[in-house]
Amino acid sequence: MNEINQEGTRRTVERVARESYGRLVAYLSVHTHDLASAEDALSNALVSALTHWPKDGVPQNPEAWLLTAARRSLIDVIRHERVVLASEPTIQLLKESSTEAALSTEFPDERLKLLFVCAHPAIDPVMHTPLMLQTVLGLDAARIGQAFLIAPKTMGQRLFRAKTKIRSGGIPFEIPQERDLSERLEAVQEAIYAAFGIGWDDMAGGDQRGRNLAEEGIWLARVLLQLMPSEAEVQGLLALMLYCEARRAARRGSDGRYIPLSEQDPKLWSLGLIEEAELHLAEAFQHGRVGRFQLEAAIQSVHAERARIGRTDWSAIMLFYEQLRRLSPALGTRTGYAAAAAEANGPEAGLAILESIDSDAVSRYQPYWAVRAHLLQKLGKTAEASDAYSLAIGLSEDPAVREFLLQKRGEFS
Amino acid sequence: MQFALLIYHSPEEFAMRTNEYNHPHLGAWRAYYKALVEAGVYVGANALEVPETGTTVRLEEGKRRVQDGPYADTKEQLAGFIILELPSVDAALEWAARCPGASLGAVEVRPLAPEAMRRGFTG
Repeated sequence: MNEINQEGTRRTVERVARESYGRLVAYLSVHTHDLASAEDALSNALVSALTHWPKDGVPQNPEAWLLTAARRSLIDVIRHERVVLASEPTIQLLKESSTEAALSTEFPDERLKLLFVCAHPAIDPVMHTPLMLQTVLGLDAARIGQAFLIAPKTMGQRLFRAKTKIRSGGIPFEIPQERDLSERLEAVQEAIYAAFGIGWDDMAGGDQRGRNLAEEGIWLARVLLQLMPSEAEVQGLLALMLYCEARRAARRGSDGRYIPLSEQDPKLWSLGLIEEAELHLAEAFQHGRVGRFQLEAAIQSVHAERARIGRTDWSAIMLFYEQLRRLSPALGTRTGYAAAAAEANGPEAGLAILESIDSDAVSRYQPYWAVRAHLLQKLGKTAEASDAYSLAIGLSEDPAVREFLLQKRGEFS
Repeated sequence: MQFALLIYHSPEEFAMRTNEYNHPHLGAWRAYYKALVEAGVYVGANALEVPETGTTVRLEEGKRRVQDGPYADTKEQLAGFIILELPSVDAALEWAARCPGASLGAVEVRPLAPEAMRRGFTG
């Protein structure tokens, strides 16, 4: 086998793994509830593919091949471990369905159940996103740990504990009943949005505590939309992510400098992503069930308009924020509302909204101080502005944002 | 729980200390300390002189051994420490990520030994 073919095979395995990982893990675990064993079995199958495919050629249906190989491995694993849950009937079920699945390309897509399991209320909410990233996308604990600022070993242990709870804690692998659905779906959406990270580039010097998982977040949102095509909020979530992602290239100068949204060059925005976002948002609105993600996407769509009309309609943004504030009075929403009000009605209006936020809640919230400093500076209250800038700078994680704020503070002190 | 943030600098970062009043990162450090104090998590902190000023002493088989320079011969060297009172290591890592030292070198987060043990050592 020459190197080029081996390289080609490796890439094929990677591509199939990326596209099929979640489908295979979901299908392999839906009866056993044993995610760790399903993942081990799939990784054995992937290793086996790397040795067999270069010799025998890539099979016509790589996904079915992986499923068959993973299933064999899973039966071995379960037998070996004598897992209590994995009773003989389960093994029989796995065996029986193994031949039939290998023959057909179609096996049921159980990813939606898996997403609901990952975001189950019995699982610690901070583990929802890491579980999805691992079981649906196949990310390893080290990569997830990087994104969530948790030591790789600790993240590995937390994932392990969460999976043990799923296996033995009676968490059902099913789509929630109608009466629970909206709440449960919200948890799934929150977890996907958390992978995306929060890009506060629409606030003057808001720290972007991005997790560098934007691509993964968008992928998960696409999967969710594919599985629940008529959920307006799911479509709104995808639109929101696409709008934000469209601005990625414009957020940094060629020298790595941070560029706030108001100073971004719309020519650097991705029109393709914006267009896709518009389509999703328009479709979502047709359902007539407005929710938090659609409103956030709508705010971003007003920002995107600047590429066409050359200005930002802040009063429209304010109206969307007013609706959003009624639905989710989160700190981020209220800070964003204040920033928009300041643009629409002057800095005093923005400051008044900031003043109404409980001061305990904001002591560690960087965007609040960045916006506050900006508004105080506009009002000529230099001493107070300088103090607020200091807190915004001290709470910034991104060195480029810190530098931007230091410069703004330096302009008057 | 108390945590130490151990701040490690590169030789280049140490070299900038020649005139501390013009130090290019002074603004970022001061803002960081202000944020720590305002958040009510600050316990104490201090900066160390440059590593070349260190002297390492050992007694081996009753003999004194004195060595020029810091204990560990690594590129990045301990430059200072901050002690914080925080509920969890997760919170400590967040503050470490915000520390200017994290982008200028590295910051190690280490829990302080439990108070009972510390008292045992210090009497």
